[in-house]
Amino acid sequence: MIPALFTHVPVTTVKEASDALMHYGDDAKLLAGGHSLLPLMKLRLATPAVLIDIARISDLRGIREDKNKLVVGALTTHEQIENSPLISKYVPLIGAAAKLVGDPQVRNRGTIGGSVAHGDAASDLSVALFAANASFVATGPKGVRVISAVDFFLGFWTTALNQDDVLTEIHIPFAQTPNWSYQKFTSRSQDWAVVSVAVSGSNIILGAMGEIPLRAAKCEEAIASGADLEQASNFADEGTSPSSDTRASADYRRHLAKVLVFDALTEAKQRP
Amino acid sequence: MTVVRIKLNGVPQQHEVEDRTLLIHYIRENARLTGAHIGCDTSNCGACTVLLNGKAVKSCTVLAVQAQDEEVTTVEGLSGDFNGLSPVQEGFRQQHGLQCGYCTPGMVMASTALLRENPNPNEDDIRHALEGNICRCTGYEMIVNSVRWAAENGGGK
Amino acid sequence: MSLVGAKVLRKEDPSLLTGRGKFVDDFSPPNTAFAQFVMSDQAHANIISIDVSETLKMPGVLGVWTAADFISFPNLPGGMTDFERPVLAHDRVRWAGEPVAIVVAENRYQAADAVPTVLVEYETLDAVTTVEQATAPGAPMLFETRKSNVLTKVPMLDDLEKHFAKSHNRASLRIVNQRCAVVPIETVGCLADWTLDGLTIWATTQAPHHLRNKLASWLDTPQNLCRVIAPDVGGGFGAKIVWYPEFFVAPLLSKWLRRPVKFMQTRSEAMVQMTHGRDQVHEIEVGFEKNGKINALRMVISQNLGAYGDPTGLGLATLTGWMAAGCYKIPHVSTGFRTVVTNTTPVAAYRGAGRPEATFSIERIIDLVALKTNLDPVKVRQINFIQPNEFPYETHNEAVVYDSGDFPQALDECLRLLDYDAAKAQQAKNLADRNAPLIGIGFSCWLEIAGFGPNGSLEGFGHLASWESAQIRIAPDGSATIFIGSSPHGQGHETFVAQIASDELGIPFDRISVIHGDTATVLQGIGTMGSRGVPTVGSAVKVASERLMVRAKKIAAHLLEAAEQDIEVKDNAFNVRGTPGKKVGWSDVGLTSFQPLRLPPELQAGTLEERLFHESPNFSYPSGAYACVVEVNRKTGKVKIQKMVVVDDCGTVINPLLAEGQVHGGVAQGIAQALYEQVSYDTSTGQPITANLIDYLIPSAPDLPNYIAGRITTLCPNNPLGAKGIGESGAVGSPPAVVNAVVNALSSFGVEHIDMPVTSEKVWHAMNGRK
Repeated sequence: MIPALFTHVPVTTVKEASDALMHYGDDAKLLAGGHSLLPLMKLRLATPAVLIDIARISDLRGIREDKNKLVVGALTTHEQIENSPLISKYVPLIGAAAKLVGDPQVRNRGTIGGSVAHGDAASDLSVALFAANASFVATGPKGVRVISAVDFFLGFWTTALNQDDVLTEIHIPFAQTPNWSYQKFTSRSQDWAVVSVAVSGSNIILGAMGEIPLRAAKCEEAIASGADLEQASNFADEGTSPSSDTRASADYRRHLAKVLVFDALTEAKQRP
Repeated sequence: MTVVRIKLNGVPQQHEVEDRTLLIHYIRENARLTGAHIGCDTSNCGACTVLLNGKAVKSCTVLAVQAQDEEVTTVEGLSGDFNGLSPVQEGFRQQHGLQCGYCTPGMVMASTALLRENPNPNEDDIRHALEGNICRCTGYEMIVNSVRWAAENGGGK
Repeated sequence: MSLVGAKVLRKEDPSLLTGRGKFVDDFSPPNTAFAQFVMSDQAHANIISIDVSETLKMPGVLGVWTAADFISFPNLPGGMTDFERPVLAHDRVRWAGEPVAIVVAENRYQAADAVPTVLVEYETLDAVTTVEQATAPGAPMLFETRKSNVLTKVPMLDDLEKHFAKSHNRASLRIVNQRCAVVPIETVGCLADWTLDGLTIWATTQAPHHLRNKLASWLDTPQNLCRVIAPDVGGGFGAKIVWYPEFFVAPLLSKWLRRPVKFMQTRSEAMVQMTHGRDQVHEIEVGFEKNGKINALRMVISQNLGAYGDPTGLGLATLTGWMAAGCYKIPHVSTGFRTVVTNTTPVAAYRGAGRPEATFSIERIIDLVALKTNLDPVKVRQINFIQPNEFPYETHNEAVVYDSGDFPQALDECLRLLDYDAAKAQQAKNLADRNAPLIGIGFSCWLEIAGFGPNGSLEGFGHLASWESAQIRIAPDGSATIFIGSSPHGQGHETFVAQIASDELGIPFDRISVIHGDTATVLQGIGTMGSRGVPTVGSAVKVASERLMVRAKKIAAHLLEAAEQDIEVKDNAFNVRGTPGKKVGWSDVGLTSFQPLRLPPELQAGTLEERLFHESPNFSYPSGAYACVVEVNRKTGKVKIQKMVVVDDCGTVINPLLAEGQVHGGVAQGIAQALYEQVSYDTSTGQPITANLIDYLIPSAPDLPNYIAGRITTLCPNNPLGAKGIGESGAVGSPPAVVNAVVNALSSFGVEHIDMPVTSEKVWHAMNGRK
């Protein structure tokens, strides 16, 4: 199918992008790799009048070390993350999740910024970044804000980004623990997560178990109070609200959450 | 409308198109190269796979304006020592990696990209590298064999 | 050296591999306009009004047409009285996705913009999506003139109760063979160009003449002015036999607009407009002895036809009933069926068409008998097999006489390739290890009715006849062009036809071209379907070649001044047996055939042309034995295929490469049906919920296994090649092997059956004793 008519506005700096967002208001959407937005536009589920193309803002590309964290430009592709030596050295969880996004062609185009800004509860990177205590840097008309993962995901396809915000960077603190795991259950090899789980240290985050990536708080508490992994993982679905769809019923998702949390905790624990 | 300049298989193209024009339609309808195909509208099937600056992408999910001033390679842009066919193309011929041929240009381009990054992939590598491409005819095994054949016959160079 | 039986690389490939193939959407004559349907968003509704006033103001729009504009034209061909499908819905829409109007614009972008501006006002009616709903008391009627949604009903002649009563035990099973989307990667489309010289339409069809004949009569145009071209076609699998409304509407739009008009479905449109396959429910009863011997089998089939009875769709249940007993000698078999309309996409052929359904059920039943008798499923198969010395074997239906086969040998070969004992040992070991996946081993011994060629076999599905045609022409340089009536979409006809002809004619493979898919050049043809390519058109080519050679040898004998019976053809030349070096090349014979002064007096210029319509005396019956080993994750229910063994018997193999390719592709589609795919509807509203490739789960490379392929050969006695056909085999044979394996893995949970697709969730429920 074919997107509705729009005007393409290429920009080369964050300032230009920000100005354009203010100028065009609600009619505008940012375009990076386009792999979340264009599919929606082709189905005409999104019909922005203006696409502000930020793909050529070179400042927003690449991964660098900054003291005890990695700074990942919002335009960095999944493929770059998957193959980044810095990522694999300091936050291998993120690389493992990036490797499972879509298929190779999607990973070559899709960006970390686009993926998280889309606000999808099944997004591999969103779930993993949440577990990694990442924070998100937004540049708006009033300046720069740093939003923690806890505050970033607000609801179904909704994040803390305002209409006039440009997501510029993702900050990922160096993992303080070797104990991480990313588990993803799919209906076929290349597919959306039916349920996913990211574990990093004491963080346990669930994907596709509600409108946003969710912390498995009851599991975390159980582990903290000395429960064994099997006991703890039985709490995995507490406080979640999974939906039923063509891929799985809510009941099955609840079951999978327990299985995946157990598998993730087991794998995380086994890492040296 | 925007004038979009793309170096397509080494040949500079310049066409004024609507901003919403998908790269696949730019290639097929403006540049009139019909090797890349359209098999779905949800970025699932991979029949439209081309190389954008050497990387495999689904040209149904890229706007032509996003490829402004970039280099695009389609199946028509491949060549090699096998009667003009590239090792990947010849591998598909030798190993019966195609039947109806509709998904084939996408499969060939995804395989070409794989071998550039990994000249000696094993079966598992190949299957995962092609997971974004659907074939309804072959059941995939012969496609896997085709890519292996290409790897063993200079496809990774 | 004989080319028949050799792994010859395909003639088709170089073009397809270099992007030089020509599919319908690749043709764009100057000034081509683009047409797109306005689809009903209601599953069942009366159309109150259609407002196109906004649409006509949209940029690039050339017009909008509704049913009212086609009122002087008949309904689409092939339907049943009172249940016919109109070319566009008028008064009533019967499924979500049914075309109600067609918009033509300058290009596809403008057409896409314009379509949503057509405002259709509906009066919503209750919708039915299943046979159960459609036949329930008080169900809404799709066709008011008939007071029933049942189109056809053929009751069982005998309920076999007396035979069940005499059996040691009996069991029953209700099996749902789910609806599948066919999904050739190229959707359906056409390009119609009606000039003052007549109509040319390039169409994605498996049967161009079949389309041409009906289209010309529908348009009231002589067939000489109606040219249908099937260029490269991107897969069909049955769904491109159908007379789609776009093929009928686009020519008129081209005529009225005086420019070429193209129509090409998007995938999302194709998912609801292209015909679906399967969608049968079987109620089965089986009576058997302690030793696993089956005495009686009863099967009642309910076929969901979708909104209209497609001519192929109407025949599916008949084929299922014919093949109900599979490769087993069952003394008493009784079948009945009903076909029912529902508010869903029409159902027609999908690879196997009625036979995968039969195979799935009988192979599930065999495993059920094994379970009830506590016998090895292999033993139950062996004790019930029709034996190799019992052919031709008359079945419960007089139309069906199995030609040949060796089911015990096929199963033995399958067991050998599988290493059954090792698989069973691993199964036992894993069962005892709580952390290991459960292992299941499943079998499917199958046969299908194929080689659709006997007179009368395709006429019932709306075809002109059932023969297939070939025409051979020798050029003045001795090269050959062969025109065939069966136009392929991936099967490799250009290659296998040239192989057969090369062997018969002695002309090198590269000097033989094969032409198909154009009603202006190919005299008349039937089509590519029903695993009929090699048995029908292959036979036509062989016999035509033999006949042509009689005259070619006459010419050679004349030129060599030798006796005709001493002439033998070899290496592109005619030689005199016993006289080395005395020979004349095909080039000279070809040239002579056009030079009356050099021809023997009884022959005339142009004599080296032969046309043959091959009629088959009987169907062919490809068969095989498949085995599948699965691993089932105990925690998630996820099924992984560990091993897939496929032993086929398709009679003579022309090209092992192509034959194996057909088997692989069919098996892949069968596994896809067994584990992944299902077209679903919201049963209360009739809305489709798998209407794109995000929600309809087609497996990709990592989801499917390698195939361990074996072969046995029993020749088909009903055609000169001895070939049985191979196109549908894999799709017929593989689904029950996979499902039997999963059920076998779950035997410790008391599971007797799981309906397809066997998803992780269904397996998880089964392991937990839930439905």
